[in-house]
Amino acid sequence: MTIGLNEFLVVSGLLFTIGFVGILVRRNTLIVFMCLEMMLNGVNLALVSFSRYNGTMDGNLLVFFIITVAAAEVAVGLAIIVALFRKRQTVYVQELNGLKN
Amino acid sequence: MVDFLFYLFALITLLGAGSVVLSNNPVNAAMLLIVSFVGTASLFVMLGAYFLAAVQLAVYAGAVIVLFLFIVMLLNVEAAEKVKPKWITISAGLIAGLLMVLGTLKLFKRGDGLTMATLSEVEPVGATTKSFGIELFTTYMLPFQVAGVLLLIAMLGVIFISNRTSKRKEAA
Repeated sequence: MTIGLNEFLVVSGLLFTIGFVGILVRRNTLIVFMCLEMMLNGVNLALVSFSRYNGTMDGNLLVFFIITVAAAEVAVGLAIIVALFRKRQTVYVQELNGLKN
Repeated sequence: MVDFLFYLFALITLLGAGSVVLSNNPVNAAMLLIVSFVGTASLFVMLGAYFLAAVQLAVYAGAVIVLFLFIVMLLNVEAAEKVKPKWITISAGLIAGLLMVLGTLKLFKRGDGLTMATLSEVEPVGATTKSFGIELFTTYMLPFQVAGVLLLIAMLGVIFISNRTSKRKEAA
């Protein structure tokens, strides 16, 4: 068995990167939101592996709170997206340019 | 065997995540996001965090994805993305991603000759449900209650946002 902390950190870093690129590239608000969740997941994976290697429970507890806050964030964010869709009839980021000029 | 399982789960996680970014249909993206979340939960199991793996499956793969699918159904958006991103957006995103991948790989190939202890050499923390409960109700009592208040406020906010928009629509 050769799996150590580095391998887990590489996976978490790549997961974070994929989510980051998705947020920058995609135009659909819903998919941008999914990529945000993916980035949170990458951070969670890093925290759990650090917690395992540090020998303390603190990282696990922090991940627990991150999941709680992420659930609240998804609820509020999706409500905002629905309100926005009712007002502007679009979910695409490029058409939501009300602050331009 | 454990090595093989790690690479399998990592591949499932990363492939699911990559397909979310590439998929055009929001419903397909939500389904692929489940694949990615299940892969992450399996990695949590490998790290000995069984409780967190269960929470991950219940909250993320269960509640959050159902919420996403519900919103996709409510909005009834067309399947294909009609607005294509500009080439400068794509290139900026790819350059940023490439930089982060390079930073991550630098971590993987450290040149200082230090070797990390493998997973089996490190004692597990014992992140059982019981120790979670003990920690949550002693050391982390205040954050736990703040999280409860946060969930309540989020619920009130969601109800307020949906109510206000529907009233405005009736008035208009």
